[in-house]
Amino acid sequence: MDVLQEAFAWLNDPLNWTGRDGVLALGAEHLRISALAVLLAALLALPLGVWLGHRRRGGVVTVVAANTSRALPTFALLTIFASTGLFGATATVLAVAVFAVPPILSNTFTGLMEVDADVRNAARGVGMSGGRSLALVELPLALPLVGAGLRTATTQVLATVPLAALVGGSSLGSIIVQGMALQRYGQVVAGALLVAGLCLVVEGVLAAVQHALTPAPMRATTGRRRRRAAARTAADPAPQTVT
Amino acid sequence: MSGVPGSVWPVTSLETTGTTAASLTAASGDPAANPWLSWDYVQRNWGDISRALEQHAGLTVQAVLIACAIAVPLGMLAHLRPRLAAPIVGTSSVLYTIPSLALFTVLVPWTGIGRTPVLIGLVVYALLVLVRNVLVGLGGVDESVRDAARGLGYGRLRMLLTVELPNAVPAIIAGVRLATVTTVALVTVGVVVGYGGLGQLMFRGFRNNKYHAEILTATLLCLALALVLDLLLWLIGRAVTPWARRGREA
Repeated sequence: MDVLQEAFAWLNDPLNWTGRDGVLALGAEHLRISALAVLLAALLALPLGVWLGHRRRGGVVTVVAANTSRALPTFALLTIFASTGLFGATATVLAVAVFAVPPILSNTFTGLMEVDADVRNAARGVGMSGGRSLALVELPLALPLVGAGLRTATTQVLATVPLAALVGGSSLGSIIVQGMALQRYGQVVAGALLVAGLCLVVEGVLAAVQHALTPAPMRATTGRRRRRAAARTAADPAPQTVT
Repeated sequence: MSGVPGSVWPVTSLETTGTTAASLTAASGDPAANPWLSWDYVQRNWGDISRALEQHAGLTVQAVLIACAIAVPLGMLAHLRPRLAAPIVGTSSVLYTIPSLALFTVLVPWTGIGRTPVLIGLVVYALLVLVRNVLVGLGGVDESVRDAARGLGYGRLRMLLTVELPNAVPAIIAGVRLATVTTVALVTVGVVVGYGGLGQLMFRGFRNNKYHAEILTATLLCLALALVLDLLLWLIGRAVTPWARRGREA
């Protein structure tokens, strides 16, 4: 196909990789914005999820947050933030972080809620205070799901950031948007391949990291727990929103 | 509009009917003249708004219907042949990871800009949600119900169609609701190929000197559309599973 050849020609041109608007600079900006957004969302969602899960209430909050974020178009929030005078990266980071909160929040909450009541009782029975039980027993048991939430949020953020290119943010999405504006479809396809490739690679790396970090005895348990969680929340099998 | 990146944007019918009111109000530079909510805007541009809303709703309904037509047989196939389940779910998961901006635009060289690439993209994204829910629904049927059907002499296919599928309806409806809400939000990304329904209004508002009323009106309409469609599907789900209600009342 002609366009594919153009795309590979574009990718093969070193001039497209270097410089202020080169692939490397845009990719770095893409990763920087994504990292900031995930960090910001985690700072808000992790403590809130831990607190709600430890207190065993607030399920409504997490469900409402998840549902609203699903119905609210990411593009709408990006446009709103971009038109309030927050320019460039700040607007993107804030808008994208909003959508990263629900997956982290609900996974952290579920992780703590899923800790067996017997285990909690045993912790109390050996004389642990609520805080000690949380830190030494509940949190370690919830970690696999917390990690899964962070992974989902990261993948989603990486996929959302390119949209900001439509309203002036710079990321790998800029390559696509610029290509569309100039009707250079080879460049469009090259940009799409770069964006999709980045998302798939990061998703794969995060999956490997999660696998490596989970102690071997817990791996089987995690799978079973996730399947059980999936069966129970049949209404909500896909924790991430497409962007 | 010159000087704005993307001024050589694919032009659509929605783009060409640019609002003069927008440029006038926003150009005055007075912050009070650019409110987020303006009934005046809605009245003056109702034609544009309703056209965008119609495009948005039409695209959503069509995408979800096509996705259902593919996902239900695919889910049933994966249920009958468990060996196919992993590749089917795996493939759709990988497609799901691809950002919409990339998926919509990568199709353009072959489909041209406009409705087709957006529709294909939306169907692909709805597929994963639906297939997963069909599988969860069919797999979640009570083993004793299955045993009873087998005891009555039901064959594999007949059991699937007359016992398992009706039992899976609540899970399938849940999947359709989820897919619909997600699709409503995703349509807005269609602006990149010039066919984004209400997203088109948001984008035009942004380019018209950040015309706040236009952006927020389109956003609120998106939320309202998602809510209304979700409610409709919930009602349909209630209507087609009368046994669920009767069971609860008993």
